[in-house]
Amino acid sequence: MKKKKKDITIRNGRVVDPGNGIDEVTDLHLSAGKILALGQTPENFQPLLEIDATDQIVCPGLIDLTVNLREPGNEHKATIASETACAARNGITTLCCTPDTLPVIDTPAVVGQIRHKARKAGYCRLLPQGALTKNLDGTHLSEMAALKAAGCIAVTNCYTPLANTLVQRRAMEYASTFNLLTIIRPEDQYLCNNGCAHEGKVADRLGLPGIPEAAETVAVARDLALAETTGAVIHFHALSSASAARTMAWAKREGRKVSADVAIHQLHLTELDLEGFDSNRHVRPPLRTDSDRDGLRKAVAENVIQAICSDHQPHEADAKSSPLPDTEPGISGLDTLLPLTLKLVEQEVMDLSSAIARLTCGPADILGLPLGRLTPGYAADICIYDPNRQWHVSAEQIHSAGKNTPFTGWEMPGRVTHTLLKGRLVFREETL
Amino acid sequence: MSLSNKALQLDDEQRLLHFLTIDGLDRSILTEILDTAEGFTGVSERTIKKVPLCRGKVVANLFFENSTRTRTTFELAAKRLSADVLNLNISASATSKGETLLDTLRNLEAMHVDMFIVRHATSGAAHFIAQHADPGVGVINAGDGRHAHPTQAMLDMFTIRRHKGEFVGLRVAIVGDILHSRVARSQILALNTLGVSEVRVVAPQTLLPSDARSLGVHVYHDFDEGIRDVDVIIMLRLQKERMRGALLPSEHEYFSLYGLTERRLALAKPDAIVMHPGPINRGVEMDSKVADGSKSVILQQVSYGIAIRMAIISMVIGTQNLRTQEAAV
Repeated sequence: MKKKKKDITIRNGRVVDPGNGIDEVTDLHLSAGKILALGQTPENFQPLLEIDATDQIVCPGLIDLTVNLREPGNEHKATIASETACAARNGITTLCCTPDTLPVIDTPAVVGQIRHKARKAGYCRLLPQGALTKNLDGTHLSEMAALKAAGCIAVTNCYTPLANTLVQRRAMEYASTFNLLTIIRPEDQYLCNNGCAHEGKVADRLGLPGIPEAAETVAVARDLALAETTGAVIHFHALSSASAARTMAWAKREGRKVSADVAIHQLHLTELDLEGFDSNRHVRPPLRTDSDRDGLRKAVAENVIQAICSDHQPHEADAKSSPLPDTEPGISGLDTLLPLTLKLVEQEVMDLSSAIARLTCGPADILGLPLGRLTPGYAADICIYDPNRQWHVSAEQIHSAGKNTPFTGWEMPGRVTHTLLKGRLVFREETL
Repeated sequence: MSLSNKALQLDDEQRLLHFLTIDGLDRSILTEILDTAEGFTGVSERTIKKVPLCRGKVVANLFFENSTRTRTTFELAAKRLSADVLNLNISASATSKGETLLDTLRNLEAMHVDMFIVRHATSGAAHFIAQHADPGVGVINAGDGRHAHPTQAMLDMFTIRRHKGEFVGLRVAIVGDILHSRVARSQILALNTLGVSEVRVVAPQTLLPSDARSLGVHVYHDFDEGIRDVDVIIMLRLQKERMRGALLPSEHEYFSLYGLTERRLALAKPDAIVMHPGPINRGVEMDSKVADGSKSVILQQVSYGIAIRMAIISMVIGTQNLRTQEAAV
């Protein structure tokens, strides 16, 4: 059989594919950009390229449900090219970008522009989220059918949740007409009251305006009720409280059509990390208490929260060079998504398979896409990483254009050595 | 990486590098400030109201937020130490033209300023400036957002010590808008560090932090209960704009529940003193008879403010001088 250009074998890696219940040292064969087979080499298969993955983990390419790539409109912070390249370096093969760009992703033209730029860069599959309301104004529904046709995988009002419950209801109903997932960042704007930190003992002492936990739990309860009324499929993005996680557990027991994710930094940091007013710890929703972090960890371990995302918010240095409340919230998270998730395994919060699941089949199932698994016939999106490599976070080690990370100096487990997108090597560590 | 308050404010020899918050400072430092201020109280009464401790030094008052009383006392304090003083009303100049705080700081450093005295509407602003200032520049927090107003707290401690002698055994009630008050936060820290028996806060729930007890206070909603048998009553200014924010229904109801009257004052210890950081809203926070009465020490607070600020400025400049000398050796 003639060697085909895209035929690849990844030899002798520990293949961890939670979506198919696989965790074994074996070979993986890719052909024509798709998964061909696992284990024994198929008859007449002669790969053009062999990757030695001895002592490495081979898993599905990671799927990050929520990132802000800043383009169009804020290219001084980051670009689609810079951030998709960063994603590839970190084993992430699918990014779902938020619509709060300039202009907002509320027309097929903007969707087309973004997808074109991502294809041109060629590092990553980019799935845009469309705006739930025009220009995210919270008043007028966007043309969701057109957005879906143009390639949006979900609709959301992202960081400006709707205050008007009637518009929220109508938006959910309209989205469900087209089987569009509605992504909600649960936050009651009035209860947030221009806060910048969790309302609790640390904010009390530092004199930081607080955001109560109720700002999240009220919104979760409200939107669960609206989802019940409308039949919409909803997904809560970036839960931050144990209480919301418990509500999710209840909703799942009740059989509700709802899912949730958590930003990885919420599983490691707490309000105590705001001591010293480090603006790199300024995030929305805010870092909450130890018990919230533990509650979120439990929910992730028990698959009540099915996905971990980076909630990637790259910023230029100036955006963080002010007193904390005056800075823009957000962490540049792509570079630390996988290592911080692996840290949860080190800390025995969950096993490796569960951790990988939250980054692969978990988010794929939320999106309802045939991704995140090494199933024959699926796109050959692969992440290969060395679990034994430790590294320290520094500006040089952050490949995103945004260097705004609170994890500087932290020791991280795991280094991605290869990333394949549709069977094509989009990243290979230069040292190999 | 953020520094702890102690690491940011004190050098290895436990000398004061900056004065940003009471948090992280121990009793010995606070006592040193009070003792140093004692030595400066006489300066204001001399014919020539100056000492040469900071001669040749340049102190910049960076007031990003309006203030008359605090800025004036800082200016007087620096001048009595023989420093040159720059008064910069930043809100009306650079930042209104779009300059960032960091740029403003760099420009002033280029003028070889030795100390920044900072007031800013944002919590953490003084920390931010201290973290970014040149190593040879001291920073004093003259009030940042809701966070801290440590020199006000220290002048209040000075006033209390002058009238009561000791802190141990005292009961102190702080009354009013604790939630938004940087003064109250610093007072609570200072009182607890100096060893008072009990700090009480008295306010409706809407004017209290969510977890007020975690600050180390006893919470009272009933003023009569909260004031009973206390040695010191600190009334806070009620910003009238708060009444429009669904925090309080009216001035009338606030005064009826939390206004200090002679009747209420009688519930405190007979030798109790009444304090207020000013300016007072008469008829809202307290009755004029109380404000002008024999137990009021409000005007003394103002004059003690100069001595306290002289103490703190001289200690910070002194540390900077010593470090310069040590580096030269």
